[in-house]
Amino acid sequence: MALIEVEELTKDYVMGDVVVRALRGVSLEVERGEFVAVMGSSGSGKSTFMNMVGCLDRPTTGVYRLDGVDVSTLDRDERAAIRNGKIGFVFQGFNLLARTTAQDNVELPLTYAGVPAKERAARAAAALGIVGLAQRADHMPNQLSGGQQQRVAIARALVGEPPLLLADEPTGNLDSTTSDEIMGILTRLNAERAITIVLVTHEPDIAAYSRRIIVFKDGHIESDEKNKPRGART
Amino acid sequence: MWATFVLAVRGFSRHRLRALLTALGIIIGVGAFITMVAIGAGASAKVAEGIAAMGTNMLIATGGASNVGGVRGGTGTSGSAALTDDDVDAIVHSVSTVKFAAPLVSTNAQIIYGGANWATSVTGTTSDYLDIRNWGVDSGEFFTAQDIASGAKVCVLGVTVAQQLFGDDDPIGEFIRVRSLSCQVLGVLTKKGQNQMGQDQDDVILMPYTTVRRKLFNNGGTQANAVSRILMAATSASTTGAATRDTLALLRQRHHTNEGDPDDPTVRDLSEYAKVAEETTRTTTLLLASIAAVSLVVGGIGIMNIMLVSVTERTREIGIRMAIGARGRDILTQFLLEAIVLTAAGGAIGMLLGTIAARLLAQAMGWPALLDARSYVLSFGSSAFIGVVFGFYPALRASRLDPIEALRYE
Repeated sequence: MALIEVEELTKDYVMGDVVVRALRGVSLEVERGEFVAVMGSSGSGKSTFMNMVGCLDRPTTGVYRLDGVDVSTLDRDERAAIRNGKIGFVFQGFNLLARTTAQDNVELPLTYAGVPAKERAARAAAALGIVGLAQRADHMPNQLSGGQQQRVAIARALVGEPPLLLADEPTGNLDSTTSDEIMGILTRLNAERAITIVLVTHEPDIAAYSRRIIVFKDGHIESDEKNKPRGART
Repeated sequence: MWATFVLAVRGFSRHRLRALLTALGIIIGVGAFITMVAIGAGASAKVAEGIAAMGTNMLIATGGASNVGGVRGGTGTSGSAALTDDDVDAIVHSVSTVKFAAPLVSTNAQIIYGGANWATSVTGTTSDYLDIRNWGVDSGEFFTAQDIASGAKVCVLGVTVAQQLFGDDDPIGEFIRVRSLSCQVLGVLTKKGQNQMGQDQDDVILMPYTTVRRKLFNNGGTQANAVSRILMAATSASTTGAATRDTLALLRQRHHTNEGDPDDPTVRDLSEYAKVAEETTRTTTLLLASIAAVSLVVGGIGIMNIMLVSVTERTREIGIRMAIGARGRDILTQFLLEAIVLTAAGGAIGMLLGTIAARLLAQAMGWPALLDARSYVLSFGSSAFIGVVFGFYPALRASRLDPIEALRYE
């Protein structure tokens, strides 16, 4: 059973009188442990697709099974629970809570999962250790560099031990050296911990880290090809 | 929950001024409420104290209107309506709800001792007068039944009179002149202070009523046993009504008042004054408290305003929280808790300031500040309640944000 199973997914947005067909029937499967890059120009439907995969939105028609569970019909709170337990998000803009320490930021998903404080602290510290920021646990986001902030965000995505990690342009705000650093961490997580990673990017250099590249165009999949990942420098 | 609480408190410590301004409405509301209720209760106590000093469960019978050559006036001591010694005796003997009855005959007189002189009111009465008015003799002694029977030329001074005539000297045993009457001072009354109308109750001389009548009024003939008023005490606060009715019935019968004619003499229940006074202070307290309550509501609207701004400002934060698994109710709880923390903290500060203000005001006005635990519970409870009521809508808005939109918000 694949981790992500999508069948004939469509999404229409109604904007006034105009119906925008953002997704026009997308079907694909992503197996456990894959490292997939999703590419496409803006308006290609890749962001809409990621919102569906991330359980942030519901498809108009079609079925989406995540880890064997049909999540396309769940309500808001049920989707929140799925996001909390099964998906880790890494965003382009880091999206850490301001004026909140790295430790507290990483603990946040566990807080919503109802994990007791002691266990939260231990697991968050461990997650920060994985991304190499154990020494910065008590720093505020504005005391950290962009790369460090993104590593905190990765730790936050990891801490709930979700099977799926969604990264939306994770290097979009970073210089190339730091980008490589972040991609190195993602590659390592994929390799060592068998975390399935779905990465959205428009940069071929970044997509090159993945082992499968899916290209979106006009609301459907234009191409879906295997890729030989380039060696990661960590 | 605790983590959310800590987060809320930290949030406010980052925006101290804004939090303070937001809570200001609540602070003022609660503070005003505490102050008003305490001052109001203090005023009530002051009034009650004044009434107790005036005398407890007091009734007064006033001799009917005099009618001399067509000129009518109160406290007549002539005609069928005039009260007499016999009325006093009859009341004491046949009205069971009256504990004491004392005749009163009063006049104003110039008092002279040595080189000092002082104009004051002279009240002729019996020793029951002291019982009715909760009064006592501070030094020396009161005149006896024997003095009353014989119309002895003796008197007891109020503190003010003693002060005016004798200064620091001991007046007991000295002779003073009341008009032309030479009169020995037997004692000095305890200090009573001002009454409700601000009159000095210690500016008085008490004498046997027989002496006043004979020596100062030179009454004779039909007026030889007339008294201007009869002061009475009912057996308890609850029997003042019955005592008034019974005394009135007795006096109507004794004075042959025709059925349907107005009461003459009249009997008034002085505890009614107490009731009116208490009613007035209670109304005032209620009024002040409701003004304070309005400011609490205004404060609540201020909270709502700031919370709405805060929700908009923190849209992205809400989006992040939702993306990583916060449910609608988690967000709702967070913002509601923030509102409650804010109003509860405002309430606590308000209680503190209100207490201080009540103390200071009470000191300035010479009233006791009665700080009632109930008003603390009520005002703190209502400030937290306002947090819930006015925090709910902004919190609901926050919880209903779309996570995608919220994440995109700049």
